[in-house]
Amino acid sequence: MTNEMTIIEKIIFEKIGKIPSPGDIVVLPIDTAMAHDGTAPLMIKSFEEMNAKKVWNSSKAVFVIDHVAPSSNEGTSRLHKMMRDFAKKHGIKLYDIGEGICHQILPEKGHVFPGAVVVGADSHTCTHGAFTAFATGIGSTEMAAVFASGKLWFKVPESIKININGKLKGNVMSKDLILYIIGEIKADGANYKAVEFTGSTIKEMSMESRMVMTNMVVEMGGKTGLIETDEKTKAFLEGRVNIPFKEIKADKNAKYSDELEIEAEKIEPMVSCPHSVDNVKPVSEVEGIEVDQVFIGSCTNGRLEDLRIVAKVLKNKKVKTRTIVIPASREVLLNAIKEGIIEELIKAGCVVGVPGCGPCAGSHHGIPSPGDIVVSTTNRNFKGRMGIADAYIYLASPLTAAYTALNGKITIPEVIL
Amino acid sequence: MIKGRIWKFGDNVSTDDIIPGKYKFKTIDLNELSKHVMEGIDPTFSSKVKPGDIIVAGKNFGCGSSREQAPLVIKHVGISAIIAKSFARIFFRNAINIGLPVIEEKELYDYVETGDVIEISLSEGKIYAKGRVFSFKPIPSFLMKILEDGGLVEHYKKRGKFIWEDNFL
Repeated sequence: MTNEMTIIEKIIFEKIGKIPSPGDIVVLPIDTAMAHDGTAPLMIKSFEEMNAKKVWNSSKAVFVIDHVAPSSNEGTSRLHKMMRDFAKKHGIKLYDIGEGICHQILPEKGHVFPGAVVVGADSHTCTHGAFTAFATGIGSTEMAAVFASGKLWFKVPESIKININGKLKGNVMSKDLILYIIGEIKADGANYKAVEFTGSTIKEMSMESRMVMTNMVVEMGGKTGLIETDEKTKAFLEGRVNIPFKEIKADKNAKYSDELEIEAEKIEPMVSCPHSVDNVKPVSEVEGIEVDQVFIGSCTNGRLEDLRIVAKVLKNKKVKTRTIVIPASREVLLNAIKEGIIEELIKAGCVVGVPGCGPCAGSHHGIPSPGDIVVSTTNRNFKGRMGIADAYIYLASPLTAAYTALNGKITIPEVIL
Repeated sequence: MIKGRIWKFGDNVSTDDIIPGKYKFKTIDLNELSKHVMEGIDPTFSSKVKPGDIIVAGKNFGCGSSREQAPLVIKHVGISAIIAKSFARIFFRNAINIGLPVIEEKELYDYVETGDVIEISLSEGKIYAKGRVFSFKPIPSFLMKILEDGGLVEHYKKRGKFIWEDNFL
């Protein structure tokens, strides 16, 4: 029925003109295809081995150098050169070092909009569902196929609806909420499924906080995270997207495979404990653990509102542990400079790095030492994730991370929001 | 028919277990990357694995990043198939796209041990292990074509287009 569609079904319906059902295999035209320095080199290799001649639409294909930016070694520099050469040859847009993280840049630069089909050679591509795009991660060879053909097959996923209502506590951020949800659903609980977030708590959230929710959907196995279009979506995209788009919302009678109700008031500050994202506990259970490094940044929590909160906590104080802060993009960094945030962070003893992924994926800019305990605002704490197998990574909100940096040990944040 | 010796792994084997991210930013040379296959779980795995061996794992195999290097290093050291209770979806697609058979089957795991030899028939959807036969849902036919061609690169070279461009629905 036309009035019984979930968000993902609506996006697909708009593309193919017929009503999809979960399990159907559909072929969709791609609106944005992105690869970064961890995945583009293999994509280029596959594209060339295929003898593909040209990129299907150079305005829809994007490269970002963000994972090791600037390069830290010769091998990486060679891979970066491969990307720059390919981008030049095929006339595609390349966001080079210092522009920021792909998942921050795509919306900032207008590559994402409601109803768009976005594929990224990066698992956190699901972030863009915050803008009601069907956005999902694929691998390098599949990206080569997209670059060659502009289309890809998808299995229409079932959807899980997570309805969150009420006001979050004054020391709880959207990060705590999504960690709580992952703790409930577990690492594979949403495998192959779309996850829709709805309810008054989501409506109240900034676009930045919404992106935290959709960013981490892959950590419970989800294919994509989705939030309906509203005034906040449109306000963010104003002046960034120059093609017309439709607002997309789920129908009241849409069918979900599962529904979860959450009362926002009940959520406490949460952490994911080593070595899995779904090993979630309230901060109170791990309070007092001494910490060797704090990292604030990434496509999960390196945005302006995150840095603003960290600066508010650290203003006129000194951190007691090594603390690395990396803004998610050049735009975020510039705004943070304008607001005086960067000055406060540096005065407090933080190290502020170049916009990009930083140490999140273990490539550079703050790889922990053996045995280190790290509190990080990123999205993964797998063994070896940050470049060393015997580091112990706790994932937390920027607020919890800031208080932890201040005290040198895991700390329940004060109520400041 | 695929025949091989089993290596067993548990639940939620991540792409960081299979090939830690730090290596993939420096090179795409598979000879180099493959030295680190499964390093996060068993640093000696690359010296023990033999061509033709089969991985049997628990649920959510290949969770985490989209890195195609993960199935690539597994294939490069000669693993002929992976059977898991379930796969993370990007890993599943990547494996097919590079021509590595991936099979979802939930009961075999508790019946076999590392070192056992089993046989798999992809076309019949059956696994033969120590006198027992396990059935699995065959891989959809359009994906089987990609797999039989040896992955997407060979598929495109052979056909000049991708199977999904042919309105196969």
